[in-house]
Amino acid sequence: MTFIYLVVFGFAATAVLGLITSWIDRKVTARVQYRVGPPFLQPFIDLVKLLGKETVIPSGASRGVFLSAPLLGLTGVIVVSTILWVNQFFAEGFAGDWIVIIYLLAIPSLSLIIAGFASGNPLASLGASREMKLVIAYELPFILALLVPVISANSIRISGILEAQTTGIFAGSISGILAIIVAILCVQAKLAFVPFDIPEAETEIVEGPLVEYSGPGLAIFKLMKNMLFFVLPFFLIILFFGGLRLDGINLLWTILEYVGIVAIITVIRNTNPRVRIDQAVRFFWGPMTLIAAVAVILALNGL
Amino acid sequence: MSLKLKALLKSPWVFHLSTGSCNNCDIETLDCLTPRFDIERFGMLLVGSIKHADVLLVSGSCNRMSVERLKVLWDQVPKPCLVVAIGTCTGSRGLFIDSYNCPVPLDKIIPVDVYIPGCPPKPEAIIAGAVKLIQKVGGTL
Repeated sequence: MTFIYLVVFGFAATAVLGLITSWIDRKVTARVQYRVGPPFLQPFIDLVKLLGKETVIPSGASRGVFLSAPLLGLTGVIVVSTILWVNQFFAEGFAGDWIVIIYLLAIPSLSLIIAGFASGNPLASLGASREMKLVIAYELPFILALLVPVISANSIRISGILEAQTTGIFAGSISGILAIIVAILCVQAKLAFVPFDIPEAETEIVEGPLVEYSGPGLAIFKLMKNMLFFVLPFFLIILFFGGLRLDGINLLWTILEYVGIVAIITVIRNTNPRVRIDQAVRFFWGPMTLIAAVAVILALNGL
Repeated sequence: MSLKLKALLKSPWVFHLSTGSCNNCDIETLDCLTPRFDIERFGMLLVGSIKHADVLLVSGSCNRMSVERLKVLWDQVPKPCLVVAIGTCTGSRGLFIDSYNCPVPLDKIIPVDVYIPGCPPKPEAIIAGAVKLIQKVGGTL
């Protein structure tokens, strides 16, 4: 049963939904720029193509770490999505799975940092060090924002949070709205999208940590990012919108919530310029932490 | 046609390399990425790193300085990789044919799959060249 959860839901379903999400992102981006955009199967074709390409290992790289970093990141995402799917549809989780998810969500960023430093490329090292600073910047407001549902539900289990929302979703309260604003901006930084694509600035340090990756390694990193693009909105829906419900009219509501969050992320991405790393750190430690702290205080007072 | 080749033709990521051109071909190449022509419809993306590229767009007259870099890049690119020679300079060296600095055309240095003549070629010509490249590799030309 664990195998089915891990492979069918944790990997296959998440990968397919993540690739579809990345198609939505690219299509919306294209429409914003008055273009037609890629066909529906484009992310899948890209993945197959990259898997068929040659792997070039740079001479300055440390071979083992360079090749295992993508797998590390992918494993982290698979475990997170498995915990979320199981909590959503099958069984009750364990006490404190919220904490485990927060920890595991840092692994993809960690794998990018490892990949960047193992590449032996100055641009990759630069990207990795920026990624490290960005992780330090967004983790504090992200955790504070995600603390709001835990306080409101008075439970640190994902299933407890889902159960508490059967009467009313947390996104309806003032603290929930504030927390979700902070959480979406942190998700933006976690996915390394504009305006927080500082570690992967394409026009500046050509994809940062990924600059030396080719073929299957790049394919796994792209897949990891696309899966993360599904997992993070899914996590937000569980925490703030009462989870995915597939019965009757609720199915439509679920799809709308999900596509809505993805569209907000994409529109923010398409209407903002890239900020510098010091501006990003100041933004997350200043206003974002403040808003998240206010949300936590409101949640403690039951608002 | 194998699945690998089919996928490659459906999502050719291009890397743009200037070997000492006058920048006109480069401007026309970048025009193809604008909303008017929108080559992302066909899955093409402009990538910044040679390690991500499937198609090498070369423009310019291959002068002595840039040829060394061109060879290094050709060694680094993950195969299979296709090469498109954009502009008259890459094909026949154009008006630099008698120059001391441009000893050989591009196809004496690396294998070229398709030539797009013009000084500079129009974006329509570049797109037509890309279509011919896809037909040639896919075996339908």
